[in-house]
Amino acid sequence: MGDAFAQAFGLIARLDPDLFEIVSLSLRVSLTAVGLACLVGLPLGALLGITRFPGRRAVVVVVNALMGLPPVVVGLVVYLMLSRSGPLGSLALLFRPSAMVIAQTVLILPIVTALSRQVFEDLWREYGEQLRAFGASRLRAAATLLVEGRYPLATAVLAGVGRALAEVGAVIIVGGNIAHLTRVMTTAIALETSRGDLSLALALGLILVGLSIAVNGAAQLLQEAAGRGVG
Amino acid sequence: MASAEPGNHAAVPEAGVLPLRLEGVSFEVDGLALLDGIDLELGPGPLSVVLGANGAGKSLLLRVCHGLLTPTRGQVHWCGAGAAQAADRCAMVFQRPVLLKRSAAANVDYPLRLRGVPKAARRDRIERALRATGLVALAERPARLLSGGEQQRLALAQAWALSPQVVFLDEPAAALDPPASRALERIVRELADTGTKIVMTTHDLEQARRMADEVLFLHRGRLLERAPNASFFDRPESAEARAFLEGEPAP
Repeated sequence: MGDAFAQAFGLIARLDPDLFEIVSLSLRVSLTAVGLACLVGLPLGALLGITRFPGRRAVVVVVNALMGLPPVVVGLVVYLMLSRSGPLGSLALLFRPSAMVIAQTVLILPIVTALSRQVFEDLWREYGEQLRAFGASRLRAAATLLVEGRYPLATAVLAGVGRALAEVGAVIIVGGNIAHLTRVMTTAIALETSRGDLSLALALGLILVGLSIAVNGAAQLLQEAAGRGVG
Repeated sequence: MASAEPGNHAAVPEAGVLPLRLEGVSFEVDGLALLDGIDLELGPGPLSVVLGANGAGKSLLLRVCHGLLTPTRGQVHWCGAGAAQAADRCAMVFQRPVLLKRSAAANVDYPLRLRGVPKAARRDRIERALRATGLVALAERPARLLSGGEQQRLALAQAWALSPQVVFLDEPAAALDPPASRALERIVRELADTGTKIVMTTHDLEQARRMADEVLFLHRGRLLERAPNASFFDRPESAEARAFLEGEPAP
């Protein structure tokens, strides 16, 4: 046990290339997925937060419920879509990083949408009447609130980052954990642990926990900055 | 003071939007008439103070006039030649100003940008509005770090910079201490003296007495009296207004 820890620190200390290949793919896949989820989720959150239309509440309930999507189920559905006989099979994306990005985007999208919807709704309650009195269109108001709410919105995005980096179920199904191609931190930990290579698993685990702490620390700092009301 | 500067209003004379005419305006929520059959014409000129107890419908009346709320019955007409652009010709100052998380100057800039005022003209107008409200020294200060009185003056600067024909003020001094309240009143008076029509609500009798050219007395959603300052305070016609002035419960 002690040996495994020592070796794990050794791997990190000497910047083991295999280790960092895995870490960098993890970051690339998850951050791309979060970026895509933001492109769709933030406008959707703004739409749900600051406009009223029939059926809006039902949509909000559904989006909130989707926040709890089990990653393996997302993986399974994306797998079925991308498999050779599936509707998107001709794109041949399965077992490639692109498939992992798609799966994680699907997983993160409800999180970014639901959390940002809440932020936009609160902001609209505060700013809405003033912005309407200025004659701002809803689109312009949304852009203004995006800037005004940048800290709480960034916290919502970081929640997505944390979820994407930590999940294993979706990426292992659509990525397949192929060495040097689709092996990311979580899938590598699962594999190496089962194979008994505890040092690599531990090294990745340490990095993953470190990233998780960093993400949460950043979220905390952003919340404090927002609480000061300056920014 | 800046108020005397002739350049406060846009160089090109604008088509007027006044008088504003309300015909049989009611606002009902769940069958309860919060505004009840109000007929009213507001022309340019006198500083109009809407006076009444809490819940009389003062804020609601202002929002209906401005167009933020649509009455459930009756009509609101802007009647001047510029009626079609009426929304761009009026400004609203709320009881609690909602300022953006940026500098005081940027807060004045924001509504100007929304209305497509060119950059060079914006700088000029921001400068003048901040000077008129005594905020030049605080121009670069984050707006949310200003005191309550300064924030409310900044809200007034936002309105001032727009060079509106009408400014609605909803209990603008209700949350301020007496000196801040007086400072605000002076600025509002100066704004009125530039030819801007002011319609403000208050439940503060002394403030109404100081500010009003004419008083509109609102009671339970109905406009009971409209009279020049002196005659309203000296000889109120309705029993409700007499009770309000005496600080007694309504008959």
